[in-house]
Amino acid sequence: MLYAILVFLPIITSAIAGVFQKWLGARPSELLTTAGLFVSLGLSIYAFYDVAILGHAQIVPLWTWISSGDLTVDWSVRVDTLTAVMLVVVTGVSALVHLYSIGYMHDDPDRPRFFSYLSLFTFAMLMLVTANNFVQVFFGWEGVGLASYLLIGFWYKKPTANAAALKAFVVNRVGDFGFMLGLFAIFWVFGTLDFDAVFKAAPTFAGKTFEFAGQQVDILTTICLLLFVGAMGKSAQIGLHTWLPDAMEGPTPVSALIHAATMVTAGVFLVCRASPLFELAPNALAFVTFIGATTAFFAASVGLFQNDIKRVIAYSTCSQLGYMFVAAGVSAYGAAMFHLFTHAFFKALLFLSAGAVIVALHHEQDMRKMGGLRKQLPFTYWMMLIGNLALTGIGIPMLGVGTAGFYSKDAIINSAYLAGTPMGHYAFWLTLIAAGMTSFYSWRQFLMTFHGRYRGLDRHEWDHHHDPHHHALALEDVHEPARTMLVPLGVLALGALIAGAAFVHFFIGDAVFWRGAVALAFGHHAEGEHEIPVLIEFAPLILTIVGFGTAYYFYIMRPELPAQLAARKGLLYTFLYRKWYFDELYDFLFVRPAKWLGRLLWKWGDGKFIDGLGPDGVAARVLDATRGAVKLQSGYVYHYAFAMLIGVVGLATYFMLGWR
Amino acid sequence: MNIAHDLIVLAPELILAIGSMAALMVGAWQGDKATRLVSILMAALMVIAGAAVCVGVPATAFHGAFVVDAFSGFTKVLILGSAALCIVMAQNFFVKEKMVRFEMPILIGLATLGMLAMVSASNFLALYLGLELQSLALYVLAAFQRDNTRSTEAGLKYFVLGALSSGTMLYGISLIYGFTGTTDFSGVAQVIAQSGTGIGLIFGLVFLISGLVFKISAVPFHMWAPDVYEGSPTPVTAFFTTAAKVAALALTIRAVMIPFAHAVDEYRQIIVVVSVLSMWLGAVAAIGQQNIKRLMAYSSIGHMGYALLGLAAGTQEGVRGMLIYIAFYAVTNIGAFVCIQAMRRHGEAVENISDLAGLARTRPGYAFAFAALMWSLAGLPPVAGIVAKIYVFLAAMHAGLIIPAVLGVLASCVGAYYYLRIAKVIYFDEPAKPLDAGLGGRGMGTILTLSTAFTLLLLVVPWVLVGPAAAAAQALLP
Repeated sequence: MLYAILVFLPIITSAIAGVFQKWLGARPSELLTTAGLFVSLGLSIYAFYDVAILGHAQIVPLWTWISSGDLTVDWSVRVDTLTAVMLVVVTGVSALVHLYSIGYMHDDPDRPRFFSYLSLFTFAMLMLVTANNFVQVFFGWEGVGLASYLLIGFWYKKPTANAAALKAFVVNRVGDFGFMLGLFAIFWVFGTLDFDAVFKAAPTFAGKTFEFAGQQVDILTTICLLLFVGAMGKSAQIGLHTWLPDAMEGPTPVSALIHAATMVTAGVFLVCRASPLFELAPNALAFVTFIGATTAFFAASVGLFQNDIKRVIAYSTCSQLGYMFVAAGVSAYGAAMFHLFTHAFFKALLFLSAGAVIVALHHEQDMRKMGGLRKQLPFTYWMMLIGNLALTGIGIPMLGVGTAGFYSKDAIINSAYLAGTPMGHYAFWLTLIAAGMTSFYSWRQFLMTFHGRYRGLDRHEWDHHHDPHHHALALEDVHEPARTMLVPLGVLALGALIAGAAFVHFFIGDAVFWRGAVALAFGHHAEGEHEIPVLIEFAPLILTIVGFGTAYYFYIMRPELPAQLAARKGLLYTFLYRKWYFDELYDFLFVRPAKWLGRLLWKWGDGKFIDGLGPDGVAARVLDATRGAVKLQSGYVYHYAFAMLIGVVGLATYFMLGWR
Repeated sequence: MNIAHDLIVLAPELILAIGSMAALMVGAWQGDKATRLVSILMAALMVIAGAAVCVGVPATAFHGAFVVDAFSGFTKVLILGSAALCIVMAQNFFVKEKMVRFEMPILIGLATLGMLAMVSASNFLALYLGLELQSLALYVLAAFQRDNTRSTEAGLKYFVLGALSSGTMLYGISLIYGFTGTTDFSGVAQVIAQSGTGIGLIFGLVFLISGLVFKISAVPFHMWAPDVYEGSPTPVTAFFTTAAKVAALALTIRAVMIPFAHAVDEYRQIIVVVSVLSMWLGAVAAIGQQNIKRLMAYSSIGHMGYALLGLAAGTQEGVRGMLIYIAFYAVTNIGAFVCIQAMRRHGEAVENISDLAGLARTRPGYAFAFAALMWSLAGLPPVAGIVAKIYVFLAAMHAGLIIPAVLGVLASCVGAYYYLRIAKVIYFDEPAKPLDAGLGGRGMGTILTLSTAFTLLLLVVPWVLVGPAAAAAQALLP
C-alpha cells in the first residue's frame, strides 16, 4: 500500500495541477506537486531502509492490465534493492528539482503546466523502476519519453525548442523500436514477460540458436542486443546520442532531472535489471562494453571545446553514461549502479548550479560571455566546485578518501582493467583517457565561468548599450538567485561529497546488499580493489591533474590561446567542435532522404494519385456525368419517346440475343 | 359466387366511386364556392374508405380478377392516406393561387379510385382498367393550371408519353395472352410452370415491364418525370410522388411477381438494369438542379431505383423491403412537399434552392423539419431513410445481388450530396430575403409535424412499419 502511494502520488498531483491549472493558480500547483514529491521521497527512503538494508524485498501486485490468450501482464510494484536505489535517486532528485524550479521558473506564466509535467515524468520513471515485467518497463519507458518531449518543448513558442523536442522523440523511437523487438522476442522465446519467470528459464536457452536469413543466430544474444538498442536510445549512447545535447533547449531544471540524473539512466537500469540475461550472452556484453567505452571517449572529446555551459554538462552526461555501460559490460553491475547513484548527485548539482549562473546572468548560456563571477556568486561558486571535484573524481586511492565520483569512477576503470578481456582493455584505455578529458572540460568550464576577466559588458559599456534586446549584463548587476534554488544545491553538494564514501561498501561487491537483484558474476573476476598495480590505481588521478593543469594553462595563464586555436580552425579542433559530424551525417543519410520521400508521397502519392483519382477525381467525374444527364433532358417529347423505345428495343434485343 | 359477395369485397372502391359522384353533384349545383366543402367531403371519403379497407378480410371477387389481401390492404391505406393529405395541400395551394376549382378534389378521388383498383388487380384486364382510370385523372391534374404554360406543357407531355407507354404495355399483355391463353395472373403462372417461357412470352414481359416502370418513372422510361413534376401544381406533384408511386409500384410487384413467379431469372435481369440505372441517374442528374421540384423528380427516380432492388430480389423479403421503402418514401415526401409548397415570397411561389438560404435563422422549426426530411431521403442515420435502405439492400444481398447492392450504396453516397447541400444552404448560407411566414394553415403544419415525427422516430420503433409490411409480403408470396 505504501509503495502504491509512493508510485501513484506524483500522477495524482500531476493530474490535479494539470487539469485544474486555471482554477488552481501557480502557487498551489507548485506546492502541491512539490509536497507530493517530498512525501514520495520519504517513502522511498523508508523503502531503501526496509528493502536494501533490512532485506524485505517484495512484489505488490495491483491488478491485471492485459489478458489476451497466452499473454498476461499485470500492474505491480516490485521493490528489491535495485529498485530501492532507483527510487531514492528518482524521487530525491525530482523532489529537489521541484523545489528548485519554484525559484527558477518564477517568472514563467505556465508554471502549473510545468510542474504537472515534472510530476508526470516522475510517475513514469517510478513505473519504470518498479515494474515486475518488461511491458510495464516499456510503459514507463514511453511515459518518460513523452514527458521528456513535453518538457524539452515546454517553451513551445521557441522554434529551436520544438525542433529539439521532436528530435529527442524521433531518435528515441529508433531505440524504442529495438526495445519492442526485444519484447516480442522475449515473449516468443519464453512465452512470458515476467522478470522472474524469464530469468529462471533463461539458462535453458543459453547457447541455443535460431535461423535468421540462413544464419544460426544466438537467441539470448539477439534479445540482449535488441534490449540494448533501446537502452542506447534512452541513455544517449553513441549513434543515438544526438538528441541529448539538443535537449538542453528545455528549462534547466528539466535538464538536471531528466537529462542528467534520471531518465537517461533508464537504459543502465534496464541492462542491470536484465543482467541475468546479459550474463548468458557474453557477446552482447562485449558489445555493451564497446559502445559504453566509445561513448565515454567520444562525448568527452566533444565536450572539450563546447562554449554553451549546459552543452558541456550534457556531453559530460553522455560520457558518464558510457562509463556506466562499461561497468555493466564487464559484469560489474554493482559498480554501474553505484556510478548511476553518485552521478545523480553531482550531475544534478552541476546542472542546477549552471542553472543558477544562467538565471543570474538573465539566461545567458555562452561561457565566452562569462568569467570572474566568483565574487558575485560565491555560493554557486562553491557548489560548482564541489560538483566538479566529484565529477572529476578527486581522491587519494591508497587512503580511500575522496569525493563521490572518485569511488564510483575508479571502480569502473578498475573493473574494466580487471576484466582481462580484449574488450576490457579497450574500455580501460578509453575510459582512462576520457577521465583526463573530463577533467579538462570540467575545469575549463569552471575557470571560464568563475575566474579570469568578466567578458560580458562592464558598467560603462552597459550605459551605452542599454536596450532591452541586448542580453549582456553588467557584472555589478549579477546576484545570487533565490533561496529555494540554493537549498537544493546544498543538499546535492552534501551528497556529492559523501555519497561515495558512505555507500561504496554496499554497492560494490556486497552480495547481501543486492540479494540477487542484479547478477553478481564473481566467477570471472572480482569486483573490489585487489590485484591492481599501484600505477593503474593512480592513473585516473594523474590524468585528472594533467587535465586540470592544461585547463589552467589555457584559460588562466594564457587566456588568448583558446581564441587563437579556434581562429586557426585546425582539423582536429573543427572535428571535435562539430561533434564528429554526427548531425551532418544523419542529416545526409536519413533526414534528407526522408524529406524527399515525404515530399514525393505528398505531392504525387497523395495530391496527384489519391486526391486526383480519389475524392477530387470522383467529384469531377460525377459533375461530368451530371452535365451529360442534364443535357439529355432536352424538353422535346419525341426525344423522350425515343429514349423509351430505345429502352424497350434494347431490352428485347438483349433477350433475343441471349436466348438459348 | 354471387354479385352481392363481390360488391362487399369491393366496398372501399364503391364508397369512393359513389361518394365522388355525389361530390361531383354537389360541385355541379353549388359551383366553385363549394370547393372547400367538396374537399372536406372527399377527404372524409378517403378516411371512410380507409376504414373499410382495414376491416376487409382476404377474399377474391369477379372470378379472381380482383383480390383483397394484406398486401392490397397495406398499400391501399398508404394510398388513401397520401391522397387525403394531398387534398388538404391542394385546397391550401389553390386558395393561395386564387384558382379554386371544385373538380380538383374530385379528380384526386377518381385517380385514387383507379389506384385502388390497380393494387387489387389480379388479371391483366383489371390491371389495365385501374391504370387507365388513374392515368386519365392524373393527366388532367398535371394540366390543372390551364393558364400556366408550364402546367399545360406538363399535362400534354404526360399524356402523350403515357399513351405511348399504355400502348407498349397493352402490346405486352396481348403477347402474354397470345402465348398463354389467359389474362389471369395465376393462370399465366400455371402455364409457365408447366411449359416454361419462350421468347414470345419474354417479349411480352419486356413490354409489360416497360409500360409499368414508366408509371414509376424508372430509367430509361423516366424522362417525362422532371418536366411534369416541375410544371404541375405543387400538391399534384406531391400526389404523383406519393400515392401514384405507391400504386404503380404495388401494381408492378403483383403483375410481375405473380404471373412470372417461375421466371424470376428473366425478370430479374430487366429489373436489375432498370434499378441500377435509376439509382445512378437519380443521384447524378439531381446534382445539377437548381429548381427544387425538378430536384425532387430526380430524387424520385433514384428512390424508385432503390425500391426496385427489392423486386429484383424476387423474394418475400424483397417485397417486404419494397413496402417499407415505399411507405417511408411516401410519408417523407409528403412532408417535403409541404415544405416546398410553403416556399413563398410576397405571396408568389418560389422554387429555387437558393431561396432557402439561411432559413435556419429566420424559421428554425420549418428549417429543422426540412433538413431532417432531406437527411432522411439521403438515407443517413439516425432518421427513417436508413431503415428502408437497410431492408432493401439486405434483401438484395440475400438474393445474391451483391454487385447491384454495392452499386446502390455507392449511388446513395453520391446522392447524399444534393440532399445535404439543401441542409447546408438552409443552415450555413448567408440568409436570402426571408420567405413568407407560416406554412399556410393548421392542416399543413399538422402534416409536416406528423411526417417529421415519423422520420425522426422510425429508427426507434421500426416495428410499426416492419410488422405490417412483413405481413403484407407474406400474403403476396406465401
